[in-house]
Parts: sequence; C-alpha cells; structure tokens
Amino acid sequence: MTEELAFSLLIGFSVGLSAGYLGSIMVLEKMALVGDALSHVALPGFALGILLNFDPLLGGFAFLFASSIIIWQIGRVTKLSFETIVGAVFTLSLAAGILMIRDLEVLADALFGDIAKVAWTDAAAGILIAIVAIYSTRIIYNKIVLGMISEELAISQGINVARVNLLFLLLVSLVVAIGIKITGTLLVGFLVVVPAAAAKNLSASLSRYSLLSSLFGAASATAGILFASFLSYVPLPPPPGPLIVVTGVTLFLVTVIVRWKKRISV
Amino acid sequence: METLDEYILKVTDLTVEIPNQVILENVNFQLKKGTTLAIVGPNGAGKTMLFRALLNLIPYKGKIEWAPKVKTGYVPQYLSASDIPISVEEFLMFKGGSNLDGTLSSVGLESKEVLNKRLGALSGGQLRRVLIGWATMDKPNVLLFDEPTTGVDLDSEEAIYKMLVDLKLKYQITMLLISHDLHIIRDYSDYMMALNRCITFLGESKRIMDLELQRMIYGEPVCMVQE
Repeated sequence: MTEELAFSLLIGFSVGLSAGYLGSIMVLEKMALVGDALSHVALPGFALGILLNFDPLLGGFAFLFASSIIIWQIGRVTKLSFETIVGAVFTLSLAAGILMIRDLEVLADALFGDIAKVAWTDAAAGILIAIVAIYSTRIIYNKIVLGMISEELAISQGINVARVNLLFLLLVSLVVAIGIKITGTLLVGFLVVVPAAAAKNLSASLSRYSLLSSLFGAASATAGILFASFLSYVPLPPPPGPLIVVTGVTLFLVTVIVRWKKRISV
Repeated sequence: METLDEYILKVTDLTVEIPNQVILENVNFQLKKGTTLAIVGPNGAGKTMLFRALLNLIPYKGKIEWAPKVKTGYVPQYLSASDIPISVEEFLMFKGGSNLDGTLSSVGLESKEVLNKRLGALSGGQLRRVLIGWATMDKPNVLLFDEPTTGVDLDSEEAIYKMLVDLKLKYQITMLLISHDLHIIRDYSDYMMALNRCITFLGESKRIMDLELQRMIYGEPVCMVQE
C-alpha cells in the first residue's frame, strides 16, 4: 500500500464515520437534504478566500457558521422547516458564489473536491473535526432525539431544545465544510443520507442505528477508495468519489433486501 | 385559596396569547391536594395550552403558583416515535431511571416483553402505559394527562384508568386530565372544569351527564345512541 493510499483511506474513514453518525440524526429530523444544500452555502466563502487570497476553507467555515445561525433564527421565528429555509439560503449562496467565482475550473474544484488531492494539513483538520463532531454530537444525541419524540417531554426534562438544535446545526456545518474540501459537495450529501438510511433498515434501537450508520459511512468511503486504487491501472481510471457512492448505495440495497426477506419489525 | 397547605395549585388571571389570537383568557382556579380535576371543552378550547402553561413550557400572563416542592409528571397526547428506531429501554433511560423492571410492572407491563421492543411498534395501550411509567418514574405529586387513552381500545382504556386510580392512591397523587370521554370524567374525576378560551363551568364531575350542561360546554348537545 502506498503512503498516498493509506492517507486517503484514513481521511475517508474519518469523514465517513462522522458524516454517518451526524447523518443518523439528520435522517430522523427530516434534514436529509440539508447537508447537501448546506454544502452549497459554503460557496461564497470559498469564493471570497480565492478572491482575497486567504484559505478558502476558512471562508467556507465562516459562511456556514453564519448561515446556520441565520437559518436557526428564521426557523424559530417563522416555524418553517429546516429544509425550506436552507433551500432558500442555499440557492442565494450558490448565486452569490457563481457571481464571485468566474473561473469555472476553480468553481468545479470547490463543488466537487477530490479525495485523492488532499494536503496533509486538510487531512489532519478533517480527522480532528471528525473526532470533535462525533464527541460533541454524542453528548447531545439523546436530547435531540427526545426533542423529536416530544418537544414537551424534552423541555419538561430541562432540555433547551432550540439551543441543542443550534449546536447540532453548527456541528453539521463543521463536518460539511471539511467534507467539501476533502470529498466534494456531492459526496457530503451522500455520506449524511445513505448510510443512515441503510442502518435504519436494520435497527430497532438507537444505539444499533447510530453505530451501524457510522460504520456504513466509514465502510463505503474506505471501500470506494480501495476500488479506485485497484482500478488505477485501467485506461481512464474512475475517481474514488463516484465509487464511494456506488458502494454505499449497493450496501443500502442489500439492507432493503435483508429487511424485506426477514420482515424485521423495525 | 387560603393556604397552599390544602391546595396544591392556584391559578390567577391566566392568559395565554399567540400572535393575533387569545388562547386562554383570565382563567382562575385552584386545586385541592389528592383530587382529580378533569378538563373538558371543544377542540381548540385551550386545554392543551393550559397544560403547557402549567408546566411552564410556554409564555403566559397571570400567576401560576404550585405548592412548595411539587414535582410534576406529564403524559403528552402524542409522540412522534413511529419513525424513530428507539427501544423502550432507551426511551426510559432518557429519564435516568434505574429500576426499569419496577417501573414497567407498576404500569402492568412485563419488562421482558416490551423492554427491547421499538417504541413505535408498541400497541396504543402499551405506549400509554410506557408513557405513564415515564411520568411516574420520579414519584411526582402531580400528574398531568393529555387525553390518557388516545389510540387505545375500550378494554385497555378501562384498565388504564383503573391503573391510574391505583397509582393515585399508592402515591397520593393529584391529577389533572384532559378528556372527551364523558363516562371517564364521571367515574374517574372529582371535579371538572369546562374551558372555551375562558372557564365556562367549574364544579363536580358527576354533573357531566346533565344534557343542559353538555350543551353549554360543547355548544351542541351530545346525542344519545339510538337503536
């Protein structure tokens, strides 16, 4: 195994694990497409970084954080769903990003990323963020779920549902930001949805569901990267991103068949 | 109300508003320790909002005074658990309980039968019992039930109310319950309060079978079932 491959596997594993874990809440919260949409919100931030010559990732982070707070506040005031507000904010951000980035190649990089071209600093940041995101989400996981089951029960248990939701949204934006840089927008959208959907097919308990979702995320990412490396000798070798998606969706289809065959009561 | 020794709750001039709408207006009542108060009224009368205000879940005007050291338990009308893969054990653990077997047996459930079941896969009656178990886990003095038998068949409904009476006697609990079921109100509560934004009737529950009173509470008479 080359050093480069080991490197990609490590990053893929971390991002897959954390996106799968956070995604398990997003799928339950009917926020499945929020990760995908949020990844576009980072675009104007990336553009600013490129235009003003600072690390585009920092610009992306700043935009995601600011947008998360705006989305959360609009949600509190209007009671519109996350998906509706994110839908509005993300199209605006996409438009702003396109107006700011005129170089289409740079834009494509920002949108699609490439796990094979990651600098070690980004990789280190990715692994660190994955650890922070998983650890923090673990602390608030039960509180978010109780808030979903019954907001009244959660509040009567002393849980500040709005604050916990904001914290979660900020953690999602962290994972999305680093995910875009490393794996690209498309893959971030995939990693927060498909592993959780597959895990849900096989789970009757929260602990099993969140564990399987994280493992499926990590497994699809590492398997996709490995397939890409096996195919690197063929003419026009496929990049890892689409192979990660194909692996994950195959895993999902297997869980659909298992559930259908066993008629698992989930 | 003279003292809070005898009364566990005193509500004075309670008003709850949402933008462009008054939900509750100048509601005044007090509740004696150990009694059961049924809250009735048409849909949208503000019954659930009254509970939310009593539990301090929403902003309100006026005064809500609980006796010192009162602990409240709450059983909501609905849970959104059908789509969430969570076991009964995990749900009860959210409350931080240690004796889950004891909690379940106190509400007439076998722990080995339901503990590992998915919360959303329980029958209506089992779910109500689990919720009552949740609410009584930390030995509250007051229980608030929002439609305790929603989604429950008639036999289970009777069993659940009998169980509530047992729990009430065992722990000397004061109860507030929202119900549309006139027989339940007559048989299982001491007093009733009819709400329709304001209080339209406050008195003994046995009067609920009075057709004149029903007409006043619900706007129209509740018709008899005829062969």
